[in-house]
Amino acid sequence: MNDKTDVARKEEARAAAESALMPPVDVFEDATGITLLADLPGVPKDRLHLQVEAEALTIEAEVALEVPEGMEATHAEVNLPRYRRVFTLSRELDTDKVSAEFRNGVLTLRIPKAEHAQPKRIEVEVA
Amino acid sequence: MYRSLLPHDMFAELDRLQREMSRSFDYSPSIRGMARGGFPAMNVGGTPHSVEIYAFAPGIDPAGIEVQIEKGVLVIAGERPSALPAGDAKANVHIDERFAGAFRRVVTLPDDVDPDKVTARYRDGVLHISIKRRETSLPRRISVQ
Repeated sequence: MNDKTDVARKEEARAAAESALMPPVDVFEDATGITLLADLPGVPKDRLHLQVEAEALTIEAEVALEVPEGMEATHAEVNLPRYRRVFTLSRELDTDKVSAEFRNGVLTLRIPKAEHAQPKRIEVEVA
Repeated sequence: MYRSLLPHDMFAELDRLQREMSRSFDYSPSIRGMARGGFPAMNVGGTPHSVEIYAFAPGIDPAGIEVQIEKGVLVIAGERPSALPAGDAKANVHIDERFAGAFRRVVTLPDDVDPDKVTARYRDGVLHISIKRRETSLPRRISVQ
């Protein structure tokens, strides 16, 4: 019985530790690929983790703010120190060629389409 | 056999549920009535020596942020351009959630802050404003004679 409640409590603690904010994103697609922008304010570059695994793109980031000693929060809208969001990618995207830029709290991801999925332009030669 | 007169009822119901859920998470409303989820999101805190305000405003040119203190009220204003491609570009927008456009948020400051001792820094998309409290408002020991 004790063991069980212990396990339940641990599960709860784990869930609480893992709860995260969902960052707002913009996603748009053109002929050559998909661009994703995500707002991750308060995240230093080394606390941003991007992962592509089995066609799932995971964005995870930790907030690190400069807080003076002894500060008491009186109002918090960003009330979790973590962001997380997962996207499912489609097959025609080339996950090996993802490029990422992170500046001023905005992540810009560019996911190109695989060569075979890109529209081909046929040059017309004038004789 | 039976058809609802208002076929959209279900969606209205879902909408209401969603609103109620978001409201139940909203436990710290701002005194000036700015809806939660306004841009930029703000955290406010205090120490005995200062008031600390964090505005989560990613992707903004720091030179374009206007920070003003007037009559005990702090105003943060600016504009964030849209990152989406222009309407005539050959691109499809799949998700459009990020804030774009002009923003303005107002915070009432405590009476004891010194509007001349303010520092504002923009780092990792967060504007951190620190305002010192007046010395006179610090707790002082008064000796009894």
